[in-house]
Amino acid sequence: MTFWTDPIGLLDAWLFAVLTGWGLPADVSRIILYILGGFVLATGAMVFTVFLIWLERKLIGRFQDRFGPNRVGPFGIFQTVADMLKIFTKEFITPDGADLIPYNLAPILSVAGVLFVWAVLPFAINMLGVNLNVGVLYVVAAGAIGELGMILAGWGSNNKFALIGAFRAIGQMISYEVPMILTLLVPVMFTGSMGLNDIVKAQNPWFVVVAPLAAFIFFISQVAENARAPFDLTEAESELVAGFNIEYSGLKFGMFYVAEFLHAFTISVLFAVIFLGGWLGPGAEKYPWLGLLYTMIKTTVVFFTILLMRAGLPRFRIDQVMDLNWKLFTPLAIGILIVTAVVDKSLALFTPTIRVLGLLAANLVMLLVTLRFLKIFAQKKRRPLVVPSASTELPDDISEVLL
Amino acid sequence: MTAVQIVFLAVAALTLAAAVMVVSLRRMMQSALALILALVGVAVIFALLGSGFFAVSQVVVYIGAIAILIIFAVMLTQNSMSPEHSQMNPGFLYAALGSALLFSSLVFILSMWVGFYAIPVNLDPSVDTITVLGLSLTDPQGFALPFEIVSVLLLAALIGGIYIARDHHRD
Repeated sequence: MTFWTDPIGLLDAWLFAVLTGWGLPADVSRIILYILGGFVLATGAMVFTVFLIWLERKLIGRFQDRFGPNRVGPFGIFQTVADMLKIFTKEFITPDGADLIPYNLAPILSVAGVLFVWAVLPFAINMLGVNLNVGVLYVVAAGAIGELGMILAGWGSNNKFALIGAFRAIGQMISYEVPMILTLLVPVMFTGSMGLNDIVKAQNPWFVVVAPLAAFIFFISQVAENARAPFDLTEAESELVAGFNIEYSGLKFGMFYVAEFLHAFTISVLFAVIFLGGWLGPGAEKYPWLGLLYTMIKTTVVFFTILLMRAGLPRFRIDQVMDLNWKLFTPLAIGILIVTAVVDKSLALFTPTIRVLGLLAANLVMLLVTLRFLKIFAQKKRRPLVVPSASTELPDDISEVLL
Repeated sequence: MTAVQIVFLAVAALTLAAAVMVVSLRRMMQSALALILALVGVAVIFALLGSGFFAVSQVVVYIGAIAILIIFAVMLTQNSMSPEHSQMNPGFLYAALGSALLFSSLVFILSMWVGFYAIPVNLDPSVDTITVLGLSLTDPQGFALPFEIVSVLLLAALIGGIYIARDHHRD
């Protein structure tokens, strides 16, 4: 066990020896180390967000043909630090008639919902908080806590725009959980385990190859869960001023801000872990630092895609968001689950190549059928709304009317 | 006293306090939040017992779904309780007496059971409890029949919900 093969195990064993050397009983030292580990992980993630916010602002700036932050430090890299210091000094304003407990609890729950996920993310073969045997379910549960934060913010603020934002949050997030969970069952089915590290180890080939449709639906549902453009209905500024966080100021607003940016990165890691093979790569089992590098490369690709979506796509309407979920993703996800299970089990006796090709073919068929249905649906929708009656005389030459 | 016991006592006290707050707080929204705290406490106790699956299910089902439903219901039923009214029924003393009697008799009956004083043993770490649970839910000798009946019940509830939500005036 050296620094290059098991850094966290080494640190853990060393600290355990230090604590027991001070005369603490073994189980008390264990619990202290658990608390310490959680503290370090959470703080590390929050500090990492400072960098993420700068990266996102810089990249979005480039997407939109401007410079982005470029004044404080080289490439504006200390801009977020300056913003952070400013937000620390700002006043907390509590609106009249606010329900104080939900109002103050909401920012904490929002951040906690994201940080909980970090406990199970495997960054390398042995660089992870815990390989929980219910990891996938745990991720879903953590998402539920984040939603609770949004709803409490909307309710506690005593503001109608915040409340509409909260209602939209309920509608959107809980709906998008359905296809998300259904598509998460596909990798769980392939692996036979819900532990995220087990899912990574089972990816030969990557699950995005054998279940591309499930990966796509999972990706979109995660972006919708994150409630950022094009799904940022909960804080649509042209409709709701600022949505559920309208009444927050100072660090309380900052926590919502941190939660959103960290969530975007977290879902990128999650997608890389569940569908892109996580830390898998040449030499990753022997050298965990290499695995960390692979995870980060894959994560960056996904993160870049999310940013591109945010910068490039206009916002949906709320009815479009709900239609997309309930009329397309949910039925399709149920279909994918059934078809994948049947195809995978019936091809289990053949060679892996045939199995992969069979699953790909099944996905292609499902895609074509879905596109066919969408085309029929679109044609139905585009029927002319006003049919000219027989009494309406159409002019012979349309240009006369126009003139 | 081991560290796990201290954690257990702290969590149990918090859960009970939250449960009392559910019925004693004036604002319904805060009662709902106290209910969530109590449910989290139960989830932590599941985790302490080494049953991660139940702990996470507790959070997913009770906090992710039921608590949000309750909060939604509270949002739509504002001012159902005015601050002036007493929170007690006139006969609350009899009710308190009855529940205290029931609780003490339950403890008395349970204390005659062997398992009451048994010290919990650690589970065999080589056995994956979720696998055992999953197999027993699909095993005809196990709980396959109750499991299927529950799923039929849930399906009926789904269909009923869709039927009620449909717009009957249109057709």
